[in-house]
Amino acid sequence: MIDPSVVDLSRLQFAATAFYHFLFVPLTLGLSFLLAIMETTYVMTGKEIYRDMTQFWGKLFGINFALGVTTGITMEFQFGTNWAYYSHYVGDIFGAPLAIEGLMAFFLESTFIGLFFFGWNKLSRREHLVITYLTAIGSNLSAVWILIANGWMQNPIGSEFSWVTMRMEMSSFWDLLFNPAAQAKFVHTVSAGYVTGSLFVLGISSWYLLKGRDIEFAKRSFRIAAAFGFASALSVIVLGDESGYAVTEHQQTKLAAMEGMWQTEPAPAPFTLFAIPDDETRSNSAEIKIPYALGLIATRSATKVLPGIDQLEQQAAERIGRGALAVAALEQLRAKTADAAAKAVFEANKADLGYGLLLKKYTADVAQATPDMIAQAARDAIPRVAPMFWTFRIMVALGFLFLVLFALSFWYSARNTFHEKRWLLKWAVWFIPLPWIASEMGWFVAEYGRQPWTIYGVLPTHLSTSTLSAGSLYGSIAGFMFFYTGLLVVELFLMFKYARLGPSSLGVGRYHFETAAA
Amino acid sequence: MLDYETLKIIWWLLVGVLLLGFAVMDGHDMGVGTLLPFVGKDDVERRVVINTVGPHWDGNQVWFITAGGAIFAAWPLVYATAFSGFYWAMLAVLWALFFRPVGFDYRSKVADPRWRTAWDWGLFVGGAVPALIFGVAFGNLLQGVPFHFEANLMPVYTGTFWALLNPFALLAGVVSLAMLTFHGANYLMIRTEGAVYQRARTASLIFGGLMLAAFAGAGLWVTAGIPGYVITSPVDPAALPNPLDKTVVVEAGAWLSNFAAQPLLWLVPGAGFIGGLIGLVMARVDRPVLAFVGSAVAELGIIGTAGVAMFPFIMPSSSDPRSSLTVWDSVSSHLTLDIMFWAALIFTPIVISYTAWAYRKMAGKVTPAFIEANDHSAY
Repeated sequence: MIDPSVVDLSRLQFAATAFYHFLFVPLTLGLSFLLAIMETTYVMTGKEIYRDMTQFWGKLFGINFALGVTTGITMEFQFGTNWAYYSHYVGDIFGAPLAIEGLMAFFLESTFIGLFFFGWNKLSRREHLVITYLTAIGSNLSAVWILIANGWMQNPIGSEFSWVTMRMEMSSFWDLLFNPAAQAKFVHTVSAGYVTGSLFVLGISSWYLLKGRDIEFAKRSFRIAAAFGFASALSVIVLGDESGYAVTEHQQTKLAAMEGMWQTEPAPAPFTLFAIPDDETRSNSAEIKIPYALGLIATRSATKVLPGIDQLEQQAAERIGRGALAVAALEQLRAKTADAAAKAVFEANKADLGYGLLLKKYTADVAQATPDMIAQAARDAIPRVAPMFWTFRIMVALGFLFLVLFALSFWYSARNTFHEKRWLLKWAVWFIPLPWIASEMGWFVAEYGRQPWTIYGVLPTHLSTSTLSAGSLYGSIAGFMFFYTGLLVVELFLMFKYARLGPSSLGVGRYHFETAAA
Repeated sequence: MLDYETLKIIWWLLVGVLLLGFAVMDGHDMGVGTLLPFVGKDDVERRVVINTVGPHWDGNQVWFITAGGAIFAAWPLVYATAFSGFYWAMLAVLWALFFRPVGFDYRSKVADPRWRTAWDWGLFVGGAVPALIFGVAFGNLLQGVPFHFEANLMPVYTGTFWALLNPFALLAGVVSLAMLTFHGANYLMIRTEGAVYQRARTASLIFGGLMLAAFAGAGLWVTAGIPGYVITSPVDPAALPNPLDKTVVVEAGAWLSNFAAQPLLWLVPGAGFIGGLIGLVMARVDRPVLAFVGSAVAELGIIGTAGVAMFPFIMPSSSDPRSSLTVWDSVSSHLTLDIMFWAALIFTPIVISYTAWAYRKMAGKVTPAFIEANDHSAY
């Protein structure tokens, strides 16, 4: 039996290290394509300023990228160190996209990033441009494979449980690859990265314009960021809707929790714009609802009913009952004491095996589970509502604010008056940190909303960890906190130092601090 | 689809290829990191040393990441059992590796000498600590590790971190550290000149010698006093994997039985010695490229020796031998092994070709003049 505090501590460590890793990923995804666009303009026009732009934003890219690599190493190995049972139980499926990510994407990105920085004088212009594109494509391909892996955690298709090997096994690689949940997540996640990259360039360029420094450099950077950001902000919303639709299809408990739907409402269900959800009384207060909106958005129909939490719990209780039979039969099969009848029971209830395992939190012998335990396990099957409800709404609200900012920036950049709109420039500066908040909220909704499962409907979180002691976990969490805090301080110090210095840091003699000094 | 038994053996070879790729590519970066504070006496010399690996360390590090991913995909039980069991050793490796990306990228972005010296030692830790621990891990695998499986195949490790640091394992750690440092020194000789070159050459002679002595010592120790493991129940290599379905005994001299059965296998440790000797001689006569080839062959021989001696074992259990993980029973399903085989077959040659192209484009000596000319863009 796993120590419950080890489960909570393992979750804390994974969440902290994953959130931390994702501070660096979105900027890499977005900025890499912006660099490619800037360099394309350089190669096409031959104007030096675009090479300077590519090199300067590339410098900031490098500072960010270093920590992305550092924190990514942790993620690759943490499944093994802290989630040993998970690794055994689903490694047959989950390990494949991770390994292919390394072979196909990470090698590409990492090999060419070196040439991006060091190859300016050793490669022809065209060669260097190709390198920049390959880096961008590599980092985005990484996201493809990671989200195929994550998509499978949300919607575990193309696989089957084998009682002989006591694990999930792949039955169709194509199903894994073309998992609709993975596709929706990929496009939503990378476009969020493009928004992050664009706002980063937009905000810092605005700051130079407000300071009256390196005007030409900043204006050109602003325009590219405004155009790319506008397209990305639009797609992040449209594709986010697609991702939400995938949730409706595959994870009704997540949807019910993020919408605070305690009871099933007649179709099409209303969308709750604002409410204060209370997990104790299982109700919302101070609700503001928009009639029909949720039903239409989530089901894309006027008649499909969205089940509320009450109904989902009832369904979970039924599945837990059947799952308990599967678990008991499985234990006989493993102990080689099963007769033909037990085997038949297992086959008949195999689809609910994961639900039976939810009971392991309360009893080692699930066949003896009391109705009370089943009710408790069924309540566990729904994530807590209040955190889901709020994080989702903050993310969506930020998404719309980004769209407005980029729409205005794009509009004024088309009219070539943006540099006179100081309010717009200030808005862009103040908004620099917000895409990170939106991205982290998005991950929270996706991953916290998957609870109580690591693999939705298949493997409960409380069974997925390693057999470590709580003391080891406290030690490793302290170590990660120590290193990550230190590294973040150093990273921000350098990022601010170089952003303040601006293109003068290139040492080419054409920019503010160099010409002012001369 | 290839048959299951063949795929199981292919994956044992492929994991070996990935580990060797790691040792040859990331290994020389780690060796360079280990030598950095000693072969570079001032800031410019240290920047020369760092910039020999500057454009390549990141791509090379992916051999490590990919080896981890491939073990997850092909040997999920090994990934689960080894990394959770060796928890603190694994964390020490990860935390030491943290210093590399930031050390390389951040060091020369601030001129303060204290800042730069601190990162130089960070790069030393990022090179030396993982190199040592990988050897210690192999040393423990050869002796067997205390773990067992519960009925639901949950791996339970019952040893401590400190028990990993036993004398034989530490000797294996010395083999690994000396091997990668030797290799890194040979690489530095290819890419530098003058004083740095001379110090790298001295380092190559010292660590090459140390590697050969420690490897010979470890070999004698295994022959004389480290018992091996033997599967005593009938083996069906094509069976569905279940590590609890066998019986295993500990037996003196068992790690030599593969060599006894197939005398040709003696070529594997032979490659370790011959490669090492070639590396030493070539470093001595100032032929750095051949010295680098020699140390790479030594890596093939040394890693291969551990693998061949233990085959079919991957991670023997000292406390519950039947739980031992082998090539036959710690693998993924037939389908996954097959898909991953094709993925590796397609992508590994592609990776090797563009890596070679990248090295060709960046070839040549890194000199103090280069550092001064590229003060703002070089590491």
